[in-house]
Amino acid sequence: MAIDVGRLKSIPYFAGLSRAEVDSVKQFVFERAADSGEMLLLEGEPADAMYFVVSGLVKVFKTSSDGKEQILSFVHPGESFNEVSVFDGGPNLGSARAVGPVVLHVFRGKDFEAIVRSYPQVSLNVARVLSQQVRRLASLVEDLSFRHVTARVAKILLEYAGDGSGARPRLTQQEMAAMAGTAREMIGRSLRTLEDEGAIRLERHRIVIADQKALRELAQR
Amino acid sequence: MIEMPLVDPEKCDGCGLCVSVCRCQALVLVDRRITIIESRLCGWCTQCEAVCPTDAIRCPFEIVIEDR
Repeated sequence: MAIDVGRLKSIPYFAGLSRAEVDSVKQFVFERAADSGEMLLLEGEPADAMYFVVSGLVKVFKTSSDGKEQILSFVHPGESFNEVSVFDGGPNLGSARAVGPVVLHVFRGKDFEAIVRSYPQVSLNVARVLSQQVRRLASLVEDLSFRHVTARVAKILLEYAGDGSGARPRLTQQEMAAMAGTAREMIGRSLRTLEDEGAIRLERHRIVIADQKALRELAQR
Repeated sequence: MIEMPLVDPEKCDGCGLCVSVCRCQALVLVDRRITIIESRLCGWCTQCEAVCPTDAIRCPFEIVIEDR
């Protein structure tokens, strides 16, 4: 499939570049499609490429020695993953799996280095994007260190709430547990607590946020 | 159409644990693979997801804000 320059131009790393400049970057990109559930990267393996999500959703996570999963982030279209490992030459920071079918744009490390040397603006954009990722991870550390499990679950619900159009990913209790850094059983308990507080309502396969203000307050505990 | 749990047939190893915990008979084993039958009795208890040793069944929740 031909690489779409317009889509490349919308990637934050290439913000501020002209269409002709982005067009010259096209030669370094190759496209990869993956099926739902397909592993894209394995934590700890040598990193050789960074990825941008074109369509679909990717889950980036770390796995403990006893198989417990901690989700680091969900990567949406336009966002990237594995650039840290490419930039510092270390192994893959986390594993990545396709949540549903995905299409990715892939850059090899040495090719991206050539792009940065040719277009210094890209360096500034990289710094900006990585700073946002650091903030996100710092927030995760804060949650895991200081927030009670129910508060963490409340925060996850607020973050992933959609308008019913299907634009936001649906989450299993296992995924919520991996994001909150807790056991699956604690999620069910936390959801019942939040329902007892009147902040949410459980309707079969839907979690309805009935009182956003109350849920925000519960997320602060 | 009723929303039902999602099964990944490639991950299912036909152990049948999900069938044994299902309270609404919405799960059946066909050729050693799980098949889901659409059922109004399915209350989304998620026990099938909880017991599955291969993560073959998913019961994802949609999170929505109530329209007031």
